[in-house]
Amino acid sequence: MMGHWIIVPVVMPAVVAALIVLVMRHDLVLQRVVSTAAVAALVGVAVALFANAGTVQAYRLGDWPAPFGIVLMLDRLSALMVLLTAVLAAVVILYAIGSGWDGRGRHFHALFQFQLMGICGAFLTGDAFNLFVFFEVLLIASYGLMIHAGGGLRLRMGVQYVIFNLAGSTLFLFALGTLYGVTGTLNMADLAVKMGTLAPADQALARVGAMLLLLVFAVKGALVPLQFWLPGTYANAPAPVAALFAIMTKVGAYAVIRMYVLVFPPDSAVTGTLFADLLLPAALVTLALGALGVLGADRMGKLAAFAAIASMGTVFTAVAGFTEASIAAALYYIIHSTFAGAALFLVVDLVRARRGPLAGRLVAGPAFAGRGLVAALFFAAAIAAAGMPPLSGFLGKLLILDALRTAPGVAWIWGVILVTSLVTLVGLARAGSLVFWSTAEAPALPELPPAEAPPPAPALALVAAAAPLVALVALTVLAGPVSRETGAIAADLFARTAYIDAALETDGAKGMDADDTGEAH
Amino acid sequence: MEILVASAIGMMTATGVYLVLRLRTFPVVLGMSFLSYAVNVFLFATGRLVVNRPPIIEDAARAYTDPLPQALVLTAIVISFGMTAVVVLLALGAYIDSGTDRIDVPPEDEEREGRG
Repeated sequence: MMGHWIIVPVVMPAVVAALIVLVMRHDLVLQRVVSTAAVAALVGVAVALFANAGTVQAYRLGDWPAPFGIVLMLDRLSALMVLLTAVLAAVVILYAIGSGWDGRGRHFHALFQFQLMGICGAFLTGDAFNLFVFFEVLLIASYGLMIHAGGGLRLRMGVQYVIFNLAGSTLFLFALGTLYGVTGTLNMADLAVKMGTLAPADQALARVGAMLLLLVFAVKGALVPLQFWLPGTYANAPAPVAALFAIMTKVGAYAVIRMYVLVFPPDSAVTGTLFADLLLPAALVTLALGALGVLGADRMGKLAAFAAIASMGTVFTAVAGFTEASIAAALYYIIHSTFAGAALFLVVDLVRARRGPLAGRLVAGPAFAGRGLVAALFFAAAIAAAGMPPLSGFLGKLLILDALRTAPGVAWIWGVILVTSLVTLVGLARAGSLVFWSTAEAPALPELPPAEAPPPAPALALVAAAAPLVALVALTVLAGPVSRETGAIAADLFARTAYIDAALETDGAKGMDADDTGEAH
Repeated sequence: MEILVASAIGMMTATGVYLVLRLRTFPVVLGMSFLSYAVNVFLFATGRLVVNRPPIIEDAARAYTDPLPQALVLTAIVISFGMTAVVVLLALGAYIDSGTDRIDVPPEDEEREGRG
């Protein structure tokens, strides 16, 4: 039993962020030390939570009985996502320090910690309204991070990003209001129970609420047709921020998995397979659009952003299967694509920092220092992003293809996944050969902006950019245990009763507590 | 009363959506405010419309209004207020830095300034 440790991933970043703003806002070195230490501690806590998440545990804030109080819920899915966040955060903060990005504007570390608080909270909460609150926390922090280091274009893209997400937040409130009006509760477990006993007259209204909710999560997960905010935002955000945002789209995927397996499962009388039927075509179009974007991108930042869209398309394709096997495959791919996306953004930034005024433009330019090493990193990141062997993207896609073998429309699913993999591969190969192989005199580009980056990043940045690739190798080597684990997580999700009993303290939970102590002896 | 509240929510939402679809930051910020007013009233109404009933326990009360939506609305108001401040500052910063208050970014601007 983890007791108060469950809330640590939320409280600790909040306290650290406030301390950074209040006490050490003028001392970058101290900020770096404290921020890195906090992230390291978060990794430790996340590992401990993950190791102890075998049984679902509820943390009641203020000890109010469910469903009246707010609960945090620790199950294996939320523990996995918190662990993923913590590891990614460690990579990102090292890169931000190594490349000097954190010194190019103010309050990077404070915003970074607030962002972690929001993300961990969104993964841990068991209350739909609290999910909204944590979404807002992570979004407010992300607005600040997105425009870190400033610049006219970045600010304008930031405005688009903020407005798009504000509209999403409003929609979220409408959805929650509708669900509350119908059921009188916002506790996810209680919602799941109430959905089962809903009067037929209220079912249509609940369906509307669930649909609005799906739209909100689709905005977060960059699902077509709500992906417009992503390319401009990710391509223009500072690189460490874009790498951290790799987990933000996963928050959307997580929320879909959580809500639409727990509260509106495909066998629910209220919604039936409505969401699976809607998600699948949207996910396939997202995948196709992302792959075409990779092929057509004129800048490396755009390329990485569209690769992120394509990876979300793959994730949602697997999620739309709504079977144990497909959710398990989706979870494996979520882990993979978080690291692959982050690696791609970091490597792209290494290239940008070394190419001077050409920056990320996909045109042949003069050779630059350290090209071999950066090219090798890009090669590995591209293999991961395209889902080629030997890295885990290939295994992830294989798991997804296998899980959806008996799904309706399997020809479409297989066709789109395989063709888009090829298209992505061609796009990435084109980018790599233009940037690393072709050499030419610097083309005469009108009014090139002054180089934003300092001289080539020191060793720490290179190491940090390579770290997600190492994680991917580990994910490939440990594919067996990891996929067994994601399989167990998916089985837990579909069992539902353990989560509901733990959240609502029904008799089942008490029985389970007894079992747990029995196990401990 | 239901008709009045429902049409007020509807009109504010419609105004908000129309304004959010404009291409200049000021109307869009106004539109976001309208949308947040609409959603606040909507949230308030999800506890059902009741007049003259206390939300907290009171000896003299014969019936109560649902207190939870009031708490939700309070949270939503605080958040939307903060968000409006953020978006106003951001819009001002973008206007001062780039000399235009357009929301959309034409490709030639991105080509000129973008480091991608």
